[in-house]
Amino acid sequence: MSFLSALGDGMVIARRNLIKVKRVPDVLVFVLLSPIMFVLLFAYVFGSAIDIPGGSYREFLMAGIFGQTVVFGATFTGAGLAEDMQKGIIDRFRSLPMSRAAVVFGRTASDVVYNIITLTIMAITGLIVGWRIRGSLLDALAGFLLLLLFAYSVSWIMALLGLSVPSPEVLNNASFIVIFPMTFVANTFVPAESLPTVLRVFAEWNPISSLVQATRELFGNIPPGTPEPASWPLQNPVIYTVFWACMIIAIFAPLAVRRYIRVAKKS
Amino acid sequence: MKDIIQATGLVKRYGDVVALDGLDLSVREGTIVALLGPNGAGKTTAVSVLTTLIEPDEGTATVAGVDVLRDPAEVRKLIGLSGQYAAVDQDLTGFENLDMIGCLYHLGRKNARSRARELLDRFDLAEAADRPVKTYSGGMRRRLDLAGALVAESPVLFLDEPTTGLDLISRRELWRLIRTLVDQGATLLLTTQYLEEADRLADEVLVIDRGKTIAQGTVDDLKDMVGGERIAIKVTNRDDLPAAHEILGRAAVGELQGDERSRTVVAPVSGGTGELAEVLQAFESHRVQISEVVLRRPTLDDVFLALTGASAESSEQTPAPAKPGRKGRGSR
Repeated sequence: MSFLSALGDGMVIARRNLIKVKRVPDVLVFVLLSPIMFVLLFAYVFGSAIDIPGGSYREFLMAGIFGQTVVFGATFTGAGLAEDMQKGIIDRFRSLPMSRAAVVFGRTASDVVYNIITLTIMAITGLIVGWRIRGSLLDALAGFLLLLLFAYSVSWIMALLGLSVPSPEVLNNASFIVIFPMTFVANTFVPAESLPTVLRVFAEWNPISSLVQATRELFGNIPPGTPEPASWPLQNPVIYTVFWACMIIAIFAPLAVRRYIRVAKKS
Repeated sequence: MKDIIQATGLVKRYGDVVALDGLDLSVREGTIVALLGPNGAGKTTAVSVLTTLIEPDEGTATVAGVDVLRDPAEVRKLIGLSGQYAAVDQDLTGFENLDMIGCLYHLGRKNARSRARELLDRFDLAEAADRPVKTYSGGMRRRLDLAGALVAESPVLFLDEPTTGLDLISRRELWRLIRTLVDQGATLLLTTQYLEEADRLADEVLVIDRGKTIAQGTVDDLKDMVGGERIAIKVTNRDDLPAAHEILGRAAVGELQGDERSRTVVAPVSGGTGELAEVLQAFESHRVQISEVVLRRPTLDDVFLALTGASAESSEQTPAPAKPGRKGRGSR
């Protein structure tokens, strides 16, 4: 099976997944409303409570909310796959001369589209509540691309998880155990430097911190006069984040595809 | 004519349950062959092996000359499958389902679309084409699923219990559609629990029990094998049962079946209504009162009784293996 036809089949599946979103309104609501809720919640509940010298906490928060939301959104990939595996359509797919990787590839690809929608809505909501991009537009674009790339890599972890659990409900619970600490023990909502030592080291090397740090820099949302971060990952956040994203994809994409083939064969 | 489907010594075990126990089968090109057997006989497992969905523990199989174990990807290009459970996406419309299947058969975007419309027309789904499948009736879903198997005009088609769970009208409609397929030159392997379905559709029937082929032939061959027809007589008085046995025993071409509780004796016969008249006359002259008389064609149960000595009913109660290809997640 050539790479091109695998890509083509993946796109067919991705298109199918996107049609389904239109048809199932509760999914649409999740995609559209939860980012609005997150921005408003954090901007008004936390944003008003904490002052940052020389800057706005609300602006500081936005990159964190972006990062957290797209990482949480990856759960969607796993839940979608877990649900697919319970449906009769998988039998059809298995009897067709399509790429064995297409179902998983298509799912992660359609989730990129969800993430673009999510990020757009969040950015608009953010602009309404006073967030501004203070760097160049090109940098800001790079920031969004980095968010999409990292989210795409986490999608592959969730794909593997989704193919390993008996039902979508289990996936939601299992993924929260991982995602909550990963997104909170980071510089998403508070500067990493303010955490106790053990947590600080974890936060400094946490790729979600570097993702948020990188987006914050690219959006120009680091308040002037903020001291240079002490750790290498946060000093070179873009490289460090891209490195992690590529590593995760390189490891988890083959695992998820292999898992799909095994699950499909055994069922 | 050459064999387009060939399987030798297929074995598949699920734990202690043997789903296939050395199954052999062969299907000539351009024919309809029915795998006939009760639930749990191994029909779906056989189809799953031939359509590359599961790998057998032992044995070999080829479809159109391609080895299903060595080159499953090539086999998938040559087959169309319609499963026991409609394998269509509930959230997509009928058109979107067929269009997607066409794209995944690599027909190209344009061909996939026109083929989808054509099939929807042919399967009387044109009006429902742009409605999500979850609004379809059971019969419509089956028709769509069947259409899905035909998208690529594959030379070999597998239909796994295409009419199970449908009402009589939908079933007849589906039979009509299936018949037209073979007029177009396809080879078709279908599984069924109904002798009537095999009768209507198949050129040849393979009777399967406990994972083995126990008989093979045309429907007429099979019916002859089990003794053509059945006369069932219910006597009014239990005391007359021995007499009924004696009279029917003279007319029967095979073993009698008696049930004391329902006061019924069943005899396989080959003489049709003439035979029936003679039997009734004999009852009359022996002054045995009859409360019910039936002359009927053999049923699947009769075929099973004749071939295995056990009824299809009791065979059905052996633990059925988890239907492969569906809801098997528990076994992962």
